[in-house]
Amino acid sequence: MNGTFVGMPAFPTAAREALADTQLRRNLAHATRTIRDKRAAVVAEVEDWEDLRLAGAGVKEAALRDLATHLETLEASLTRAGATVHWARDAEEACAIVAAVTKAHGADEVVKVKSMATAEIGLNEALEAEGIAAWETDLAELIVQLGEDLPSHILVPAIHRNRAEVREIFLRRMGAVGRPAPADLTDEPAVLAGAAREHLREKFLRAKVAVSGANFVVADTGTLVVVESEGNGRMCLTLPEVLVSVVGIEKVVATWSDLDPMLRLLPRSSTGERMNPYTSTWSGVTAGDGPQEVHVVLLDNGRTRALADDVGRQALRCIRCSACLNVCPVYERVGGHAYGSVYPGPIGAILNPLLNGVSDEQTASLPYASSLCGACFEVCPVRIDIPSVLVDQRAAVVDSHRDDRVPKAEAVAMKAAAWTFSDSRRLAWAEKASGLAGRVMGRFSRRTMPGGRAAAGRLPGPAAGWTGARDLPAPPAESFREWWDRTDGGRDGSAR
Amino acid sequence: MRVALQITCVNDAMFPDTGKAVVRLLRRLGVDVDFPQAQTCCGQPMVNTGYLDEAVPVVRTFVDAFAGYDAIVTPSGSCAGSARHQHSIVAERSGDPALVAAVAETAPRTYELSEFLVDVLGVTDVGAYFPHRVTYHPTCHSLRMLGVGDRPRQLLEAVRGIQLVDLPNATECCGFGGTFALKNADTSIAMGADKARHVRDTGAEVLVAGDNSCLMHVGGLLSRERAGVRVMHLAEVLAATEDSEGESSGPAVGERAGDLA
Ligand code: SF4
Repeated sequence: MNGTFVGMPAFPTAAREALADTQLRRNLAHATRTIRDKRAAVVAEVEDWEDLRLAGAGVKEAALRDLATHLETLEASLTRAGATVHWARDAEEACAIVAAVTKAHGADEVVKVKSMATAEIGLNEALEAEGIAAWETDLAELIVQLGEDLPSHILVPAIHRNRAEVREIFLRRMGAVGRPAPADLTDEPAVLAGAAREHLREKFLRAKVAVSGANFVVADTGTLVVVESEGNGRMCLTLPEVLVSVVGIEKVVATWSDLDPMLRLLPRSSTGERMNPYTSTWSGVTAGDGPQEVHVVLLDNGRTRALADDVGRQALRCIRCSACLNVCPVYERVGGHAYGSVYPGPIGAILNPLLNGVSDEQTASLPYASSLCGACFEVCPVRIDIPSVLVDQRAAVVDSHRDDRVPKAEAVAMKAAAWTFSDSRRLAWAEKASGLAGRVMGRFSRRTMPGGRAAAGRLPGPAAGWTGARDLPAPPAESFREWWDRTDGGRDGSAR
Repeated sequence: MRVALQITCVNDAMFPDTGKAVVRLLRRLGVDVDFPQAQTCCGQPMVNTGYLDEAVPVVRTFVDAFAGYDAIVTPSGSCAGSARHQHSIVAERSGDPALVAAVAETAPRTYELSEFLVDVLGVTDVGAYFPHRVTYHPTCHSLRMLGVGDRPRQLLEAVRGIQLVDLPNATECCGFGGTFALKNADTSIAMGADKARHVRDTGAEVLVAGDNSCLMHVGGLLSRERAGVRVMHLAEVLAATEDSEGESSGPAVGERAGDLA
């Protein structure tokens, strides 16, 4: 498991299906617009927001530049504070460590704080295979888990569900795994949350082992930080005897004071709140208070691969706020599942190929799942230039096919275009041909476009993707270049 | 000041009227614009699809064609963005220091039309007359890659006779995205359909933007919907005058269906 859902179709196919889901389209449009507007309002309150973004990017960049040193410092400070540090090269190693710790305490269940890293490594499925039940305690994660569904958003994984569906899922599934939902459950959000609360409370009080991720880890103090809204995290982090935290190595920051810009950037970018309700920090074990056994699993799983990529490295600055998803016009229309990964949206379109490479077709389709509009870069709190990384990953995809024995039709077309565009005389010939074609199309055209130009009619081949839904003007009889030649740039009096 | 027009490959082959409008407009403002015949394309179609090696000779053609000009003006936010922000990436990839140096010369001298008019020439009232209800779509690359801000709006507001109406959700992408329009045609069309709906909601008869490729996409949808809204490049609106408006039933009409050749 590499954070990519196995067997998913490539993006264009998955997107086509999602686009036909009218309920999904409405839910997403409503939800993304709401969060987007909230974010915009609270960001506008901060006078020095751009400076804050620079500071945030600076903190993460500095940490990444000297990652090896910071990780060693972290290991030392965590160990000093009584935590056990594990290093996991990949998903399999990380899952095995969590399973071993759980089993060592004779437990057959864990409670979980919402964590992207554990979703990325497929921890729940791996634990299930070992006979260990992993209970998600974040409300939206619970909805996804009970619905045997896949998450579709980083922050609000059940964004594709509406409250009627949530009620249905609770009624149908809660009883099978614990305290059932009350029979008179309504679809009022407060009532639904109340049912989840009752259901989860039982699990919090019973569990011996908790599993979390971390939003940040401070190297010099050995402190883990979890930022959340519901308080379920605080319960997981304090009630069970044993706490295992799976943390991507890119989460490290050097010092406690580095948290300052990060904790100001994250809630405003993420939930559109000035400050999130719960920020928990812990450094190892404190006698008589909280978990008495603390494990930290430092996870690579492709991160060193991304780190080695000059352009793509900046993606490791990501603090998973999901602002880029909420403003993305592609995400807004197709939703998270089309990306086939726990990391959807613009960040997913770069992070998945950076972590996993572009050798499989699904991952290779992701860098192209963008119109390069740049809205993501504009909101990213740590200034990840997502459009530039997308273009660079497209180049990685193209380069991975350079040795193909049979080149793709697109590669042939691009080479032909490059040949034409390398010499203006070749371009002039091509335009003459297109002008001739335009005259013919104009003769046969039965459609006049608004404003009076003839439409080209429906075209075959790849162009059918255009003309299936969009009229295309027929090429003009004379190119600009020919006009300039014929009229001496309009100086002969025929500038019109 | 030596000023060159970078027509762009799309305008050259598909929208020559936009190029003619730029020439007419700049001459009216006293700029004797040149058209270096050696120019072809900015290389963006290759770069944005991932074909960086293929883009190298195209960028080389660009810097050769425009060497020595004080300003390179282009009626496209996207192509200006390509020259300013992507040519250096291609040059680095080529490993040719001469190309890197040449790009460092041409990149900062490349201006999108509204930038050139407002920042270099210092004009906002270009003496245009266009008595129509118009809405303006700020294209993504002009807005976010170049940061042209409200320059196009300033220019349009100074046009006599114009009735300029706000486009709802204006800053959202229209869904063109170059090869995205073909590779992810379904998503592209879904985005464009929403843009077209917002355009129709304004009641405008003309949708104006600074990039003909985006207009080709939204205009293609509007045309298919028989929406009764035409698309026009900013340059054509700014070039229009009382004389040109009187000449035809509508402004700057191109070739009509069936009466070509
Ligand atoms: S890429 Fe930036 S905007 Fe997107 S989730 Fe990461 S930090 Fe947030």
